[in-house]
Amino acid sequence: MKTERRVIPIKVEARSTLTPQDDAAVRTVINKMQDMPGALLPILHGVQDALGYVPKDAIPVIAQALNLSRAEVHGVVSFYHWYRQEKPGEHVIHLCRAEACQSRGAVALEAHAKAKLGVDFHGTSSDGRYTLEPAYCLGNCALSPAVMIDGELYGRVSPQRFDTLLEKTAEEAAS
Amino acid sequence: MTTTIYIPRDAAALSVGADDTAKALAAEAQRLGVAARIVRNSSRGMLWLEPVVEVEVNGKRHAYGPVQAEDVASLFAADFVNGGAHPLALGPTDDIPYLKNQERLTFARAGLTDPVSIDDYIAHDGYKGLTNALAMAPAAIVEAVLDSGLRGRGGAAFPAGIKWKTVLNAPVEGDGQKYVVCNADEGDSGTFADRMIMEGDPFVLIEGMTIAGIAGGATRGYIYLRCEYPHAQRALNEAIANAYARNYLGANILGSGKHFDLEVRMGAGAYICGEETSLLESLEGKRGQVRFKPPVPALKGLFGCPTIINNVVTLASVPVILDKGAEHYKNFGVGRSRGTLPIQLAGNIKHGGLVEKAFGVTLRELLYDFGGGSASGRPIRTVQVGGPLGAYIPESQFDLPLDYEAYAKSGNMVGHGGIVVFDDTVDMAAMARYAMEFCAIESCGKCTPCRIGSTRGVEVIDRMLAGDLPVKQEALLRDLCETMLAGSLCALGGMVPYPVLSALNHFPEDFQSQPQRARAAS
Repeated sequence: MKTERRVIPIKVEARSTLTPQDDAAVRTVINKMQDMPGALLPILHGVQDALGYVPKDAIPVIAQALNLSRAEVHGVVSFYHWYRQEKPGEHVIHLCRAEACQSRGAVALEAHAKAKLGVDFHGTSSDGRYTLEPAYCLGNCALSPAVMIDGELYGRVSPQRFDTLLEKTAEEAAS
Repeated sequence: MTTTIYIPRDAAALSVGADDTAKALAAEAQRLGVAARIVRNSSRGMLWLEPVVEVEVNGKRHAYGPVQAEDVASLFAADFVNGGAHPLALGPTDDIPYLKNQERLTFARAGLTDPVSIDDYIAHDGYKGLTNALAMAPAAIVEAVLDSGLRGRGGAAFPAGIKWKTVLNAPVEGDGQKYVVCNADEGDSGTFADRMIMEGDPFVLIEGMTIAGIAGGATRGYIYLRCEYPHAQRALNEAIANAYARNYLGANILGSGKHFDLEVRMGAGAYICGEETSLLESLEGKRGQVRFKPPVPALKGLFGCPTIINNVVTLASVPVILDKGAEHYKNFGVGRSRGTLPIQLAGNIKHGGLVEKAFGVTLRELLYDFGGGSASGRPIRTVQVGGPLGAYIPESQFDLPLDYEAYAKSGNMVGHGGIVVFDDTVDMAAMARYAMEFCAIESCGKCTPCRIGSTRGVEVIDRMLAGDLPVKQEALLRDLCETMLAGSLCALGGMVPYPVLSALNHFPEDFQSQPQRARAAS
């Protein structure tokens, strides 16, 4: 049963401290999607796809558009592992920690990746190039360990192959 | 004559270089002036051989694999376009025992077609189920699904027909909206059957959902897809657009007067959203917290409306049931586990991939006849069946037939049919600890046993391994597991004791603390 969306006539503060470009990007996403049923997740995806993360200052803007409280929007952003509230590095690496990857050396790969990049999970390397995130299954369990870099999936990733993949992203960035 | 060459676009194949191989094939064919048509099919399921290149010779497909870009020149030199001999030659694809010994119903088209080509789909028996369904009364469709014995393939194994019947007969309020939701939040480690369907044969899922909509009287469908599957998202969106263009979706489907709209919605990396009520919350744009049941989603589901919610494989199994009849499907399987299960061989296994078999196959057959033993060559010590909440099964139970009831009776679970293999280097205490840690990370936080119990579980295992009153810690861990098992709101907290206790019961030696091990050694 669909209920009519009731807009409470209270003047809510929607002051955005986003840069004009970011603010425009957020509003473009909102305008495109706010009438979808259950629009919040698609909007957050749209914002993260556009900016790489969901800036804290985007929350009041989204909240007002959807007639939600800021707390509700923040609650959703912080519930889901995928949404990031800090600007990531140039490349985002998702490293699978799940059982099938563990059975083929994911624990060693994780240690190698953290040492190589000098970060823990959710961290960004000091040169701003790489953000390392854990993943709990990338669906490549027959070719484990698996890693996803900027949405591209890689299988049978040994520590050596991990280094090669990093070099490849660096070369692609340079070219 | 133009030769047709197939190379998969499945994410697993891409993960080991299929795109580079495809590029090399095209370039080399052009350089040599060979007239070739390169089709990006989906994987046949022999993932350890990816990238698999197939070439059609006199209407029969011959396989080569694994083919890396650097092997391409030598393939052409060996005249592979005519099925020439080469060290990577695997012979006619259909004669490879791994494929030949399967019973493929749901995955009948896997790797045969261009996944997003509707003509290819129809040429391979696609949309026959829908055509039949459009000529049937909704109640008759529901009856067919009931008669087939199809049970939820997502893990809970609830009879699909009963959900459908409940939705069909559900009283509607307001504008009478009902929904079909596909649970494509395949978060279990060791599983990739949903992904392979969505990337490899998306129309079968679209067809299954359309049939569900007609049967239940629902005009809107959503596929809730995990965001870790961008390749599946692209394939589904492409296939849905093609289905709309040909009036297999939308208003007045094929002139039948039936209406069904379908949309893909992305999850956001929360394992718990694979639980159906939490998935519905997420689709509504909220935190993915588990709902109390009742009411069941079939009566009050998405936006409070009656909702058919099923897993990808469940819905993708419907077209073949409507095409070939409930009897045909039901004739596969054993006991109350009817039909086939797409089993995923994963982890430390030599021949990892997808094996669709009728229920009743044993783990030993799967691990050794299909799987070829461990990838490392070391003895297999244990397998985890059914994802991160499934029990660790020791070698002594490898003759257990794959059957929901037989598994449940021995304290195991079939789940989504993922089998993760571990060799003898595995540390089972570490795996038990990981299970608790995973639950702590992924708990939705609604119920206390799961939210707090999982964190306490990690701490208790840590103390146990540190030798801090280990006997008492073990008693505490068992007590905690009992609380979580009985007191959790959903299967996450309620089943995480399975991997923990099975590890502890079958492999107690791994839980000895350092001091205990030192004493035992001296």
